[in-house]
Order: sequence, then structure tokens, then C-alpha cells
Amino acid sequence: MSRYAATVGRTRFAFRDLREVMARASAPKSGDELAGLAAGSARERVAARAVLADVPLVRFLEEPLVPYETDEVTRLILDGHDAAAFAPVKELTVGALREWLLAYETDAPLLAALAPGLTPEMAAAVVKLMRNQDLVLVARKCRVVTRFRNTLGLPGRLAVRLQPNHPTDDPAGIAASVVDGLLYGCGDAVIGVNPATDSVAGVEGLTRQLAELVERFRIPTQACVLSHVTTALQVMARGAPVDLVFQSVAGTEAANRAFGVSLPLLAEARDAALALRRGSLGDNVMYFETGQGSALSAEAHHGVDQQTCEARAYAVCRRFAPLLVNSVVGFIGPEYLYDGKQITRAGLEDHCTGKLLGLPMGVDVCYTNHAEADQDDMDVLLTALGAAGVSYVMGVPGADDVMLGYQSTSFYDSHYLRQVLGLRPAPEFEAWLQEMGILDEDLRLRPLARGHRLLEAASPRAREGAR
Amino acid sequence: MTARPDPWADLRSLTRARIALGRAGGSLPTAEWLGFSAAHAAARDAVWAELDLDRLDADLGARGLGPSLRLASQAPDRATYLRRPDLGRRLDAASAARLAAAAPAGGCDVALLVGDGLSAGAAQGHAPALAAALAARLRARGLALGPVAAVRQARVAVQDPVGQALGARAAVVLLGERPGLGAPESLGAYLVLGPRPGRTDAERNCVSNVRPEGMPVEGAADLLAWLTGEALWRGLSGVGLKDERGLLGP
Repeated sequence: MSRYAATVGRTRFAFRDLREVMARASAPKSGDELAGLAAGSARERVAARAVLADVPLVRFLEEPLVPYETDEVTRLILDGHDAAAFAPVKELTVGALREWLLAYETDAPLLAALAPGLTPEMAAAVVKLMRNQDLVLVARKCRVVTRFRNTLGLPGRLAVRLQPNHPTDDPAGIAASVVDGLLYGCGDAVIGVNPATDSVAGVEGLTRQLAELVERFRIPTQACVLSHVTTALQVMARGAPVDLVFQSVAGTEAANRAFGVSLPLLAEARDAALALRRGSLGDNVMYFETGQGSALSAEAHHGVDQQTCEARAYAVCRRFAPLLVNSVVGFIGPEYLYDGKQITRAGLEDHCTGKLLGLPMGVDVCYTNHAEADQDDMDVLLTALGAAGVSYVMGVPGADDVMLGYQSTSFYDSHYLRQVLGLRPAPEFEAWLQEMGILDEDLRLRPLARGHRLLEAASPRAREGAR
Repeated sequence: MTARPDPWADLRSLTRARIALGRAGGSLPTAEWLGFSAAHAAARDAVWAELDLDRLDADLGARGLGPSLRLASQAPDRATYLRRPDLGRRLDAASAARLAAAAPAGGCDVALLVGDGLSAGAAQGHAPALAAALAARLRARGLALGPVAAVRQARVAVQDPVGQALGARAAVVLLGERPGLGAPESLGAYLVLGPRPGRTDAERNCVSNVRPEGMPVEGAADLLAWLTGEALWRGLSGVGLKDERGLLGP
């Protein structure tokens, strides 16, 4: 007899182990179907959730889903578990944790104190029992504040990563997109370029270009060139002004190996960035991206469902006290998240899970052209994330990333969200926007003159002069 | 009330990114929203389009190639194809039988495939010209080509079972890339040495963005022919084989 079994209707469903319960209890995702892990029927899914609701939280400390001996992420999770922080919920089951999280009395300080006591698997489990409105409500109660050159994550604020990508990393093309975004009130989370090439010289050039722009206009924000961490280390060794070190990370040691990273390598990069002491308000120097499906894509999921693998990636993130973390939820493609419904669900799951674990979560609300999704789906997810208190979203010119070939949110989309929910930019950045005459006191965009100062940073004439 | 233009429209000459679009309040003007919708619609239609094999054969025939050996992957339709990349990498039973019957005795040097991939329009529009240009260059190098295979619901790695069944030393597949908003019909080409199921993506060389506004057909054919020749000569393909033309002597 399996210890994990439940009856739904007249059918009894038994599950081999905790890992299988977790996978079968997950919301439907094409990636779990592709991996052969998903529930075979709607009733089996509900049965798995019923079983999961009765699982004591301590079981996740006793039965690792990925072996402790062979996986450094599991070791990080279990060795780093804070028993004192866990104490308030240690007698609870997963189902009872859901109710504890929803209780009126559970507020931001309580949730912040709990975060080091929750393992990613516990957070992933409770999220499986939560419907979308639970994911919004619980995430909204979490408060995660980080600082580098401004303050991110304060209540009533929404920041934006300005993403000025260009297919060939042309400096003038990137500058044009940066200026466009700033003039639409975006860029407080970071001005972050995905380079088309990962060459040291190219990344160093972009790093210097963005640092000069931030310095010249005294913009209270940080810059980042989203290269591989090994490239960032080389660029820093050459003396380039790196604000934030970026890396994509996943939830298993093997998947991180496929990304070319390990925990010691990430620690080395963080130390190098800290040594530059470029933050004026704080020393959160890391920027991580994650996304459901990356472990399966690397054939490194150990039979663990993609939402749980994603939660485990957050354990990697929180080890390094990041300024920013975002899931790239719809980027990985329809073989992992098939349509707008799956992308919406995963976006809310990732945001809530990350916040529960104490991370400064943003979301790249996005889709590819082979997914069953469109702008209407993104509007709904964006609005729900705004209600959930998302720390930041992306700002891509016209929502069309001409380098990466996918659709994210635009400068108009974040401005929409700030309008309908009364959200303000990061406080230091808001003051700068008003000083520059970009926003008025009501946070509306001001009509700008042809000769606005910022335009000097990107005029075609300036490009000629630079040659 | 109409939309307010942005007074920095001159910056649009610096990038293809959608900047200086103007605004209605703080939102996208109607014309820009419709323009975005049109680009997305073109990309969506490209994903769902079917490869017209009669037309493909006519276009190949006009260039002295084909008719194609008509094959299909194990993905029965587009919806399955999008969810199950694994099925798009394998041949269905009927195709495997057809391939076995058509395999040249003694094999061949290069198997040439055309697949729909994620944009049948890209394959339809650009593959015949690239296939012909590549075939001419490979033959000029004294290489023997197998029959051109046309594969429906194809992923890149379908070149592995096809190349293996044809007894090919290398395989090149031309197929539609994931459509971008500004590029619904872009063709990609992938080379693998020693095709057989189980080859990894790290063992393939890719030439991407083949379309009139991107990589021209002739340039792509030059590079693919060079890579194929080097792969056969050096005995490797993939990450260990870089485009070193110009770095080497004549």
C-alpha cells in the first residue's frame, strides 16, 4: 500500500512517492506532459492535491526530491534551512500552510520572518494548492526591499527594467532605445541589455557605454549587460564599471552545469562585484533570471515537475542576496507552457513562490509567436501581477524585442499599470523623472520639447561625432 | 482627441526597435497598435501554415532538383508538433519504409532535407533556391547527394534518422525558423556529421536568418558548402567547427 493515495469519486489513485505527488498535483503544463510527469486525468490531479494537502511540511526536510549526495542545490537548501524561522509552521501540513498564509493575521513582517524557514519544495507545494487569487493575495502581503542606487520593492511602487536590445549591439541603436524608455518613465529596476554576442570586448564596451550614460545624467538607477557570469568576471578583471552581475540559473546542479555555472562560481562573481563598491544605497549586486522548463530542457529535472524545479532555482538566487530576480515565464516556448492560460498560471506561481522565499521578484510577462497567446493574455497577467505587488516588469520598445525575437511588455504597458493601480516608480527615480520634466506631479507623461536634454545622448548627430 | 507624436522620431533611423511611437494619453496610438497586430498575425499564420509539397516539387524541379522524397515526422498535426518536439524529431512508420526503399545503394555523401519547421512559408519561399545553390556547390566539390527529402512537421534533429537511412556521411536540413514579429519567413540550415538518432545540438552547425532582408541565399550556400566540406574532411561538426574562412590560406 502506498502511503500516498486518495479516492476521488469511485476511483482510488495511488502515488509512488512524494515527487510523484508533487508532479501530479501541478497545474496543467505542456512541459510536465512532455516529461511524462503530469497527471493523466483531471481527477488524478485533484487526488494528488488532496494527498499533498495532508503531507506534513517536515516531510520535505526528510525526503529530498533530488538526492542530497549528488546535487549541490539540495545541499544548499537543506544545510541552509533555518529551523528557528520554520518553528511557527513546523507542525503544519501543506493544506494548513495555505490557510495560515491566507489568514488576516499573517502580515508582511511575519512572512519575511518565515522566508528562511521555508524550503523551495514547501513553497512549491503550497502554491500547487493555491488558485490564482490566492497567489495574488499572498504575494501582495510579502514585502521584499532591495537597494543598489535606488530602493526597489516598496509598497505602492512598480519598477521597470529598461531592455534596449539591438540585433548587432549597435551602440547608437541601444542608446536610442534607452532614451525612448527613460522618456516614458522606465528604467528604475535596471537598464539591462541582452548582448547579441558574449565577447569580452563587446560586453565591456556596452558596460562602459551604459555607465557613462547613467553618470552623465545622474540617473538614480543601475546598469547591467546580461552576459554569462564568466564573461562578467573577465570584464570586471579588465576594470570595467560593472554595477550588477547577471546570470540565468536553474533548480538542479545538473541544469546549472548546462548553463555553465555552479554555486562557487556565482559566489566568486558576487565577491568581484561587491569589491567594486558601486552601489550608493545598498549592496544587492546580483541579477538572476529563471524560468519553468529550463531543467527539463537541459534533461536535468530528476523526475521533478517544472514548477518545483523553478522554486529550487530561487534557493540558488536567495543565497546571493540579489537586487532583482525574474522569471522569463513565456519565453521558453509552448513545449513548456502551451498557451496564455498556462503562462498566466506559471507567472503568478513563480512570482508568489519567489516572494514567499524572500526574493525581489519581477516577471518578464512575455510570449513567443509559436505559443497560443497574444497581447490580451499578457494584459491580464500584467494586471494580476500588479495587484500581486510585482516588484518590476520589463520595458521593451513597442513590446517587440528585435534581438531575442519575442514579445514582452512595453513602456506603455508599465505606464498603464501605474495608472490603473496608482503605482509609482522607485522613489529616487521618481524624483529624477520629475526633475527632468518627464513626469508631472500626477505621474502623467509631460509633453516634451524637441530639445530635451536626454535626447543629446542619442541623436544621430551624436552618433556621427562618436565615430 | 488624437495621439501625440514623440519629438524624437529621428532616432528611429538608428534601430529597428519600435521607438518614438507617440502616445494617446500614455497608451499606444491606434495605428501603431494595428501595425503590431499585423506583424503578430503574420507570425502566427506562418507558424500554422502547411507546407505545399506539390509547389515545393515544382520549385525544386525548376532548379533541376527533386521530385522530393515525401516524408512525415511522428507529429500528426501542428498542435501536436508544437507541444511535442520529440515527435518532430522522429519519422513515422510509412516514411521510414519509403526511405528504406529509396536509399541509394552504397549510401551518399550528403543528405539534403527540406522541412517546414516553425515557418512553412520560409521553407516554401527560400528552401528551393538554397537547396539548388548548395547542391551545385557540393557537387562541384565532388560530393554525391542523396534524394532531396521533404519532411512535414519536422524538427531539426529529423535529419538524424533520414541521414542515417540514406547512408549519408553528413546531413543538411533547411527549415523554417521560429517567426519573429518582423521576420515571419526566415530559413535556418543545420549541418550534422554522421547523422544518427542521439546526435546533440552541440554537434550541429547552424546558419540562420536566411531571407531577403537577412543572410542572402548565395552567402548561406557558400558557408554551408564550406562547413560541409570541412566537417567531412576534419571528421567533426558542431561547436568544434567554426567559420574560419578568411583565417585560413586560400
